[in-house]
Amino acid sequence: MRYVWAILSIVAVCAALYFVAGTFADDETRQVLALRQYNTRIVVVGTTLLGAAAGLIGTFMYLRKRAMIGDALSHATLPGIAIAFLIVGDKQIGALLIGAAVSGVVGVVAVIGLRNVPRIKEDAAIGIVLSVFFGLGLVFVRIAQHAHTGNQAGLDRFIYGTTAGMIKQDAQWIAITAAIVLASVVLMFKEFRLVCFDQHFAVAQGRSVHVIDLLMMAMVVLTTVVGLQAVGLILVVAMLIIPAASARFWTDDLPLMTILAGAFGSISGFSGAIVSARFVNLPAGAVIVLAAGVVFSTSMILAPRRGIAGAIVRRARLARRIGYQNVLRALCEREEDSGEGVRASKAELLRMRSWSARRLNSLLRRAIRRGDAAMGPDGLIGLSRQGRIEARRVLRNHRLWEIYLIRHADVAPSHVDRDADLVEHILPPELIRELELALTETPEIPPSPHGREAFS
Amino acid sequence: MMWTIGDTYVALVGAMSAAACALLGNYLVLRKMSLMGDAISHAVLPGIVMAFLMTGSRGIGAIVVGAVIVGILTALFTQAITRFGKVEEGAAMGVVFTILFAIGLILIRQQADHVDLDPQCVLFGNIENIHVIAASGDIPQPAINLAVVLLLDALFVTLLYKQLKISALDPALATSIGINADVMHYALMVMVALTAVASFEAVGSILVIAMLIVPAVTAHLLTDRLPVMIALSVVLAGVAAFLARAYNVVAPELLGPGLQADTSAIMAVIAGGFLLLTIVFAPERGLISRGIHRIRLIVRILQEDILGRLYRQAEAGTAASAAPLAKGDLRIAGGSIFQRWALFRLRSRQFVRPVKSESGRSVVVLTDKGLARAARLVRSHRLWESYLAQHSDLPLDHLHMPAERVEHFISPEMGERIQEGLSEADLDPHGREIPPRPGDARRP
Repeated sequence: MRYVWAILSIVAVCAALYFVAGTFADDETRQVLALRQYNTRIVVVGTTLLGAAAGLIGTFMYLRKRAMIGDALSHATLPGIAIAFLIVGDKQIGALLIGAAVSGVVGVVAVIGLRNVPRIKEDAAIGIVLSVFFGLGLVFVRIAQHAHTGNQAGLDRFIYGTTAGMIKQDAQWIAITAAIVLASVVLMFKEFRLVCFDQHFAVAQGRSVHVIDLLMMAMVVLTTVVGLQAVGLILVVAMLIIPAASARFWTDDLPLMTILAGAFGSISGFSGAIVSARFVNLPAGAVIVLAAGVVFSTSMILAPRRGIAGAIVRRARLARRIGYQNVLRALCEREEDSGEGVRASKAELLRMRSWSARRLNSLLRRAIRRGDAAMGPDGLIGLSRQGRIEARRVLRNHRLWEIYLIRHADVAPSHVDRDADLVEHILPPELIRELELALTETPEIPPSPHGREAFS
Repeated sequence: MMWTIGDTYVALVGAMSAAACALLGNYLVLRKMSLMGDAISHAVLPGIVMAFLMTGSRGIGAIVVGAVIVGILTALFTQAITRFGKVEEGAAMGVVFTILFAIGLILIRQQADHVDLDPQCVLFGNIENIHVIAASGDIPQPAINLAVVLLLDALFVTLLYKQLKISALDPALATSIGINADVMHYALMVMVALTAVASFEAVGSILVIAMLIVPAVTAHLLTDRLPVMIALSVVLAGVAAFLARAYNVVAPELLGPGLQADTSAIMAVIAGGFLLLTIVFAPERGLISRGIHRIRLIVRILQEDILGRLYRQAEAGTAASAAPLAKGDLRIAGGSIFQRWALFRLRSRQFVRPVKSESGRSVVVLTDKGLARAARLVRSHRLWESYLAQHSDLPLDHLHMPAERVEHFISPEMGERIQEGLSEADLDPHGREIPPRPGDARRP
């Protein structure tokens, strides 16, 4: 049910964006957006569905860490296409696609075979297959061109793709492919998930990883072969990788990730096709990949949990919290040395840790603003009642952790302060209770185990 | 058709670009970064186009600068996405290079009126052009460019030999002895981009990928030593170039004119052929030699298993060496062909001899020589069992299987040392006697 809502909300967002774009666009763009032209309609439907299929199956390839196998696969289709062309000419598109599929499968098998040769790693296997098969393909293409003189444009379109020249038949092929991929992902979801995350468990459950893998690869081959004509041999790789990689930033939940990847793929396909239909001289395949690239960078930066912006914010917050606790601890240790209520000057505090005056000032301002500390008219800073409670808690954590490290982790007393410093701020309350149990006889705030230099 | 000066130039250009790629490829392969070559050689496309647009000329200088900048960007972006986005490296590479390639294609289409650059040319190169230029008596420009780049690569690899080697094989060690592995990484990427762009005009990006990876992998299968590996890969690359050109000269005449193809594509195929041959025939790691080694091992183990079984039967029976074993009883392990071969070997080495049993069946018994050999084997087995029993917590009924595996690989010296590690070594954990070492008198 959750996922139905997810799909509905994605559709709603896309529809909203579509209408917003329609409202603000100029007349020409509106024409394109409304899909008035038959040709545009075909292309847009084709690329959108292709994006969806590639995104769906790409998710599993990505999680299986096989993203680049698509690269080997798509290059390896060329010999098959050329041989099929040599035999039947370029009239029968079906024969060319079958040739592409066969040699693509041979390429994937070759990658797997090469990987098992000692000293050949996966990356080298992929590189070998893609370059040697492509070279072989080129040789056959030349020979085919000699045999069928003057009829070579048919082959180039597989290398670069001719999105704008898509005809109804191509779009139908894509639609069928998308339906098959969708059906297999939905029906085999459990199995796909198993081989992605826990192969051994899958084996233990009596499922054949090989059969599932084979099915997965078959879907990839199908998508690649059909996608060749649409976006070309190099860019179809992008459609398999980028939407899945983008979706990964947003969620840890596999069904949601799959849905998102499909959505990202179709959004890229749709907007790329629209943009290239609107402006002259923009090759659609490349624009689609660029659109996918925009989605990717947006996801990488903005995604809340795994995005860069979120990480920066979280890190800054943590740094601030740590700094704040260090200020409180410094004030508290000052009180420990000279009695409760004793206040410290900024110069004294500055000497207690290696922090810059600016940072200390900003932390102190924050402490005063939050009412944890107060500055008297003489410029000395002391803890408030509520600040003292918090500061004692922080100091206690620090000391407990130090003692634990010395007793149970064999850390030398001279090193313990720094190690404790790194960890004390992220100790959860349960762990602190455990520490207290492990080190029972401790008073409220244990004395410093490394004989802190008393403050004079 | 005759081999002309033009053919020499074509082969030479192909050989130079292949050699330049192969030099650097060794390090890519060793660092498991083969696909970086793939990524960079696709991604430099926008760099080349941008350089074109900004300078308006096909001057090699600007193009090199553009390509190198984009090459470094590829490496940087890949690293950034891997590190900050926590995306797996292969996928990160795929994201970066396809997007850059797409940008390149768009730029070309946008500026089609201003730029005389065919994406086709970048992918496949135009090596046949060289033939035409050379025929007119000039030295083709790509040949000069490639010679310079080859020289630079050779200097790079020799001057920084130690640094490259250590940071390729052990980045942590490199850092600890003051070599910045990151700097070496980017230096290598710069050289790859430079080589790729110099090779494009002549041979195209696909050949660049093939030559970066395939000769180095082939050489790696043939040798353990880095200098030999580098030299081998360069030689293989060069030979592939000359063979490819020779094919193009000879094939039309012998097989018909329709069979000519791009020299660069044929080079890639020939390099792939070399690799295939190596995988099959390589002296140590080839399929055949590994297969032979495996069969030898199987037969040896079978022979030893037969000896061990005869010994145990003799031990259980009354007569020391007369306990017979029928051929039909030899169901120990492996296929029957190997078993027959093992038995044949045992007979020809005179470890066993055939006799007729009372019931008229054909059986084999141990000879004295065979008995000694079998005793050594059973000794290994029982010593290992005793060792396991004393020093590991395996239960009694789990001792046999590991010993069965290890017995074939324990040398007499090893046996001595195991015996030293045992407190008393007369009987194995199952209470059977451990045969004494050869030469020692059998205990009463």
